[in-house]
Amino acid sequence: MGRVLRWDVLVGALLVAVFAGGSLATPGFATVSNLSFALGDLGEIALIALAMTLLVVAAEVDLSVASVLGLSSALVGALWDAGLAIETIVPLVVLVGAACGLVNGLLVTRLGLPSLAVTIGTLALYRGLAYVVLGDKAVAQFPPQYTALAVDDVPGTFVPYPVALFVLLAVITGVALHATGFGRSLYAIGAQEQAAFFAGIRVKRIKLLLFVLSGTVAAFAGVVFTLRYGSARADNGLGIELAVIAAVLLGGVDFDGGKGTLGGVIAGVLLIGLLRNLLMLNDVSTEIQSVVTGLLLIVSVLTPRLLALVRSRRPVLKGSS
Amino acid sequence: MTGGANTAALPRTRSARGLVDLVFRARELSLVIALAALVGVTAAANPNFLSGQGIEDILLNTAILALLAVGQSMVVITRNLDLSVGSVVGLVAFVTGDMLASGWGVVPGVALGVAVGAACGLLNGLLVSLCRVPALVVTLGTLYVIQGVCHYIAHGRQINAADLPPGLLALGNGAVLGVPYLPLITLAFMLAIGYYLRAYPSGREFYAIGSSPEAARLAGVPVRRRVLVAYLVSGCLAGLAGVLWLARFGTVIADSANGWELLVISAVVVGGVAITGGVGSVYGAALGALLLTTIGSALVVLRVNPFWQQAITGALLLLAISVDRVLALRVARLLRRRSRHG
Amino acid sequence: MRSMRLAALTALLALGVTACGGTTKSDVTSATPQAPASSAAAKADPNAPLKPGIKLAFLPKQINNPYETIVDKAGIEAAQEFQGEAKEVGPSDASASSQISYINTLTQQGHDAILIAANDANAVCGPLQQARAKGIKIVSYDSDAAPECRDIFINQASSEEVGRSQVQLLAEMVGHKGEIAILSATANATNQNTWIEFMKDELTKPEYKDMKLVKVAYGDDDDQKSFTETQGLLQAYPDLKGIISPTTVGVSAAARYISGSKYKGEVVLTGLGTPNQMRQFVKDSTVEKFALWNPKDLGYLASYAAAALVSGQITGAEGETFKAGKLGERTIGADGEIILGPPFTFDKTNIDEFDF
Repeated sequence: MGRVLRWDVLVGALLVAVFAGGSLATPGFATVSNLSFALGDLGEIALIALAMTLLVVAAEVDLSVASVLGLSSALVGALWDAGLAIETIVPLVVLVGAACGLVNGLLVTRLGLPSLAVTIGTLALYRGLAYVVLGDKAVAQFPPQYTALAVDDVPGTFVPYPVALFVLLAVITGVALHATGFGRSLYAIGAQEQAAFFAGIRVKRIKLLLFVLSGTVAAFAGVVFTLRYGSARADNGLGIELAVIAAVLLGGVDFDGGKGTLGGVIAGVLLIGLLRNLLMLNDVSTEIQSVVTGLLLIVSVLTPRLLALVRSRRPVLKGSS
Repeated sequence: MTGGANTAALPRTRSARGLVDLVFRARELSLVIALAALVGVTAAANPNFLSGQGIEDILLNTAILALLAVGQSMVVITRNLDLSVGSVVGLVAFVTGDMLASGWGVVPGVALGVAVGAACGLLNGLLVSLCRVPALVVTLGTLYVIQGVCHYIAHGRQINAADLPPGLLALGNGAVLGVPYLPLITLAFMLAIGYYLRAYPSGREFYAIGSSPEAARLAGVPVRRRVLVAYLVSGCLAGLAGVLWLARFGTVIADSANGWELLVISAVVVGGVAITGGVGSVYGAALGALLLTTIGSALVVLRVNPFWQQAITGALLLLAISVDRVLALRVARLLRRRSRHG
Repeated sequence: MRSMRLAALTALLALGVTACGGTTKSDVTSATPQAPASSAAAKADPNAPLKPGIKLAFLPKQINNPYETIVDKAGIEAAQEFQGEAKEVGPSDASASSQISYINTLTQQGHDAILIAANDANAVCGPLQQARAKGIKIVSYDSDAAPECRDIFINQASSEEVGRSQVQLLAEMVGHKGEIAILSATANATNQNTWIEFMKDELTKPEYKDMKLVKVAYGDDDDQKSFTETQGLLQAYPDLKGIISPTTVGVSAAARYISGSKYKGEVVLTGLGTPNQMRQFVKDSTVEKFALWNPKDLGYLASYAAAALVSGQITGAEGETFKAGKLGERTIGADGEIILGPPFTFDKTNIDEFDF
């Protein structure tokens, strides 16, 4: 029964159920334009969730991602206002994102600080810097050929460009996590850091890399976000770190590290996004949506534990079936 | 941090304990010094900052944050976290306001607020302690749920100060001998909880749990019950904070204290309570709240671009945890050397 | 993902070598602006009857903003007068991006018109254009979207009149001299900024030569932030004589702070507020006068304008007219704007006649 009752499989099944139910019962849900939009709307969260999965598997967390996204958006706005070309701006802000991640990583690995505390600090710091850079201004009027990149579908499909990029990165991340020594070392670090260290895994270096990766992806997501909305603001993406973490945990990644699959996370991201879309199409109010997200999150961590409890209390004969 | 923390909970020798106490009292001292320097510089630039009204404003602004920080630090000391406090304040402020506006008396109103807060705390506590679900996840979930419930109840309505009983508003804005009630209430709770944690054996157990839950369990500490109590206290104080929020601001809509959870945790951490548990005091947490609030006010008075405030808060938090870490490492090294000599 | 970073780095290096090509802001602004979607090609028929069963959706800045709730409720009630259907949906936070998913959903649901109070004039533009491409009419109210992305804008009052009258109101109360400050909402809010521009312009007139605007502070339409911003203003500028807060959240928070502080009676406060929020402070003399239009009429007019658009009575072009129920005939002004009317001033003598 172990395989069938795995949480990420359950989430996947739930996703299929939501999709099927939505297609049957809600007009306008299973249309190309709606799905294309709903997917596009998930783009940034999905991108960041990839890097976050790696971190959480290694028993670390990065709460500063949404602030890096905001800082990146503010920088895009300020630099564009200053007359730089998008082609120059993008690599610059992505580098800044990498630097943000580096700061997180150094504080965690060199000083041995808990990543939760560090990234709560940098969450405030980076968002604060975003405000310092752009203040309360909004910069708009980006050239349509770039904003189109963040909204339009890949020709011939209903897949928006950011989603296509996500698929590409998801495949790379999935392979890296599940089919390489690098991936295995992440699980080892998450399960037992000290054992991993003695087994010769370069724990600190790997963690540092993960934080840099997380910052880089978040900054890139900031660029996508800015172009998608055509509006650069310091408060862009405020609070989406919680949505990202909700998706990762819903996907069955254990917050204590060492467990979880990327497939589960992707199912988690899609489930939250499609469910939200479905609720909105059915005129369910924002408040109920927020209750549903919260309950899903609690259920997602509660169920595996209750299952484990049930399993451990069952007679051995039944349990082994 | 673990080196210093373990020793704080289970002192090996008297001198070691004295040393550790000294270091962490030094933390509160350094907060006071930072605060004094900040106030000094600001007052020099604008004497109005230290006028009666100026001090009163800062105390009033600090009171609610400090109350939440006191509750939060109890949870954090047990190596847990309560992210739902902001939502609880919002819910309680609205529900209590709604009831008071419909004719409830002040006393039942306050009781209701605290009870709602306690219920939220109990829910968190049960999930964390009985179901052993990670605190961050659970309280993130209840943050969403409680916020949703609050918005659902409010439905775009607003509680106006004019609808509230004058007795409640007096609680929020009145004063005794020139000192407003709000900070006095916070002070009372801070002292009571601080005394309990320090002087009672069961209070010390909270620190033991935070230092090493496994060791505490083996030593016979009722871990689950203590963690439950910590959440209950945090919930009750959040409920009380919600009532005080209503009393202070009078006009509330559904999103009071929206996003305050991170501010509260910042105050706690700046105040020297280790997020890894087992270290710190509620006095420090309250001082942390006072420092963060004062920085906010000082920036406005100094006419610094207010956009810097958040960045400074973040930098300060990083500084605080880094300094703590370095200090803890030093203490651990010192202790090791001493125990070798002894 | 590593390859992506590598790509970013190489791109940067490449740029360093080729000394910056690509599109910059100046390239874009020098290009001719796009012509607005030519939906106005259709001919307006002022005598067309209002279609029955029109489906309207109100999308406020934020679902929990009491002011927006009043506006939207009145609009929904108005829709019943012409046998239409209306509803209100919206995000729980007033951020720029949160309205976008709602616009998309409303587009999917096939409404006849979307009425929006835009959080960010530009961010909502793309999705609104997509909605228009499907034949949905867009009416902005309260806070405008970029003009090329909507059909008409229902302006609560002429921006110029609001801005200038606020200064006149305050000047009269402070005796045309002393330092004054403005407590606004967010620095992005289009309507606030337009009013503030007119306030500043009004202040350049000779009769205000002894008045000095020392600071524009932002309370972000957050009650608690506005409250503490007011504290800060009064401390930082001890000689402050008056504050204008042209936002309902700001003015009530400022009033509450002043009424409980030593500044009561020394600092004059005025702005735009709702009578229910301000009643207490008018009665305890913290605030002598403040202004506002009738938010119910705003929702009512928006509803009728949307119905007129959908029914083909108007297309959004300047000079067209339509009948807005009890508010009578209305004319579309320049840039597709319809102005509700002059702001109304509330004081002790008349405040009890209003309940909203």
